[in-house]
Amino acid sequence: MLRTFRIGGIHPPENKLSAGKKITPLAIPEQVIIPLSQHIGAPAQAVVKKGDVVKVGTLIGKSGGFVSANIHSSVSGKVNKIDNAIDASGYKRSAIYIDVEGDEWEESIDRSNQLAKTCALSAKEIIDKITEAGIVGMGGATFPTQVKLMPPPGNKAEVLIINAAECEPYLTSDHSLMMEKGEETLCGISILMKAIEVDKAVIGIEKNKPDAISHFENLAKEYKGIEVMPLKSRYPQGGEKQLIDAVIRRQVKSGSLPISVGAVVQNVGTAYAVYEAVQKNKPLIERVVTVTGKNVSNASNLLVRIGTPISKLIDAAGGLPVNTGKIIGGGPMMGKALISTEVPVTKGSSGILLLSEAEAVRKPMYNCIRCAKCVNVCPMGLNPTLLMDATEFSNWELAEKNNIVDCIECGSCSYTCPANRVLLDYIRLGKGKVMGIIRARKS
Amino acid sequence: MILIAIISLGGIGVVGAVLLYAASKKFEVYEDPRIAQVQDVLPAANCGGCGYPGCSGFAAACVKAESLDSLFCPVGGADVMNNVASILGKEASTSDPMVAVVRCNGTCEARPRTNQYDGAKNCAIAASLYGGETGCSYGCFGYGDCVSACTFDAIHINPETLLPEVIDDKCTACGACVKACPKNIIELRKKGPKSRRIFVSCINKDKGGIAKKACDNACIGCSKCQKECPFEAITIENNLAYIDYQKCRLCRKCVPVCPTNAIHELNFPPRKEAVETKETQEETK
Repeated sequence: MLRTFRIGGIHPPENKLSAGKKITPLAIPEQVIIPLSQHIGAPAQAVVKKGDVVKVGTLIGKSGGFVSANIHSSVSGKVNKIDNAIDASGYKRSAIYIDVEGDEWEESIDRSNQLAKTCALSAKEIIDKITEAGIVGMGGATFPTQVKLMPPPGNKAEVLIINAAECEPYLTSDHSLMMEKGEETLCGISILMKAIEVDKAVIGIEKNKPDAISHFENLAKEYKGIEVMPLKSRYPQGGEKQLIDAVIRRQVKSGSLPISVGAVVQNVGTAYAVYEAVQKNKPLIERVVTVTGKNVSNASNLLVRIGTPISKLIDAAGGLPVNTGKIIGGGPMMGKALISTEVPVTKGSSGILLLSEAEAVRKPMYNCIRCAKCVNVCPMGLNPTLLMDATEFSNWELAEKNNIVDCIECGSCSYTCPANRVLLDYIRLGKGKVMGIIRARKS
Repeated sequence: MILIAIISLGGIGVVGAVLLYAASKKFEVYEDPRIAQVQDVLPAANCGGCGYPGCSGFAAACVKAESLDSLFCPVGGADVMNNVASILGKEASTSDPMVAVVRCNGTCEARPRTNQYDGAKNCAIAASLYGGETGCSYGCFGYGDCVSACTFDAIHINPETLLPEVIDDKCTACGACVKACPKNIIELRKKGPKSRRIFVSCINKDKGGIAKKACDNACIGCSKCQKECPFEAITIENNLAYIDYQKCRLCRKCVPVCPTNAIHELNFPPRKEAVETKETQEETK
């Protein structure tokens, strides 16, 4: 009997159309737009100015605080301007425009494909290198990795959990990375184990990726302390708290961090980025992005430089289908509709999903029929319909009492609602308000 | 039989009355009678525009306060505050009458749509997701969070422009719509004599070219109005003009020079000749 998390969850159609497709590098575009805020936390501060010549891997944005990340140029060329650009948030934010000239890399980066297995660095040195390389959580939440590796005093990590669930339908970027860069990824995992000083790591992979499970089981034999755990396919298994529950059967208390149960969770893509940063001195300047959709002629997994406009990715996947209704950045469950094809790829872009008009339409909303389906599927054990009502009527006390801040915004409630209620939209709004109220009370 | 019932029930009633009377004396909470008096002269709108939870909260605060300087009922205005002051024997606070002003004039014709939103029709939710259905990420969504926040029926969405419009006579400047708007488009401004006022009806901080492309009526920060203004009431910051209503003397010189018609004048008599305008200017002085 395979494990999964114990409360709620759904199993939407998987539609992994690009599974098994090789990772193909995308041609470097003529211009990249690199946003200064690609992570959770303070935006980076630009350290280049108009006209500066940069190489691949040159630091162009310096971390703007403790929870922040460095940003490096993903191309070589000249800084065109520093201006506002629409990013995946739907708002204009500060970004660096670079005109591409050639493809010249910083000398310190090791571009060979040779596997560098041994790492003699200390935990502190590893974390410094990760900080330097600007690595963030590649699963989509984009939380700066180094912060997760430095637990608050008094907490000790016991186990490293690697999130290779990829529970979002359609997305296959982690899957393809595991198949092609398995050795490197495992090496990255052992480096992460060293950084947080644990001797055990568990890789959670959903059973819909049998090839990745057997591939990793074979490779893991050579590494001490790394175990592969096949998991039952269930959404949202990739949620941090859900994965901890599934893998080590511990539940993180409301308002606590995973470290409180001795776990540190990192995405498999992050592990690969850590390998490249520590062993090859390569900052986070490119990532694998799945471009997919039922009408996409050539659904593919592309290796893309950060800052490439998504229009280039869509062209590489066979162009925009005529009846496209929505372009989603990310997966269908947690992703967000994008308002322009000029939005650049950022560190957190795991996929581009093109939905047809028929798929994208939102059905009309009816009154709640009290069926409690949303309550049953909520992986955090919340009451979504109550939380939506509380938000609609601005009853913040009720919302707070019913733990609205625990919502992980997975969208299972909205997905399952037979009355098509926009549960998550309201809960997300209420969560923001209640978090603001709690912050104001503390200060 | 009936007698027994009357006596026993009457007895219970008397005992109960004595107990209740004793309890009411013992556990009496003293409340300043002036609170009730003040509350009686307040508008009883319970809008919260004063910053207190309803009119009784405001009345209690008035009685408790040393002076009424920082207390003002925007709904009742100077009249109500004078009444309050006379009850309490304190000096009334003064404040110019204010009115809510919508600083967006991106009508459907002026602001072409670039995308379509099909989520919950709620401005706060839409604002948490993206910048809006047009190229202007500062402008009004038109889903009416301000309309549902207004307890005085003073703000409505115009079905043609899809922008909210304030009814001057009904608006009490309680500020509920100002707080409800996630884009900070609505501002409380001085009502002005005969409700006459001039304001920049735009908050787009983009550079001129980008703003103009997104909306024909956007302020492009050209600073023509700033040069025209004889009273230094206009400042340009982040490619956006702002008229300080404390300094503005309602001369209307800035209105015709605006190349995008972003500066609006309200409730003025129609312009005839330059001479006329000067007269009105002196009148308002």
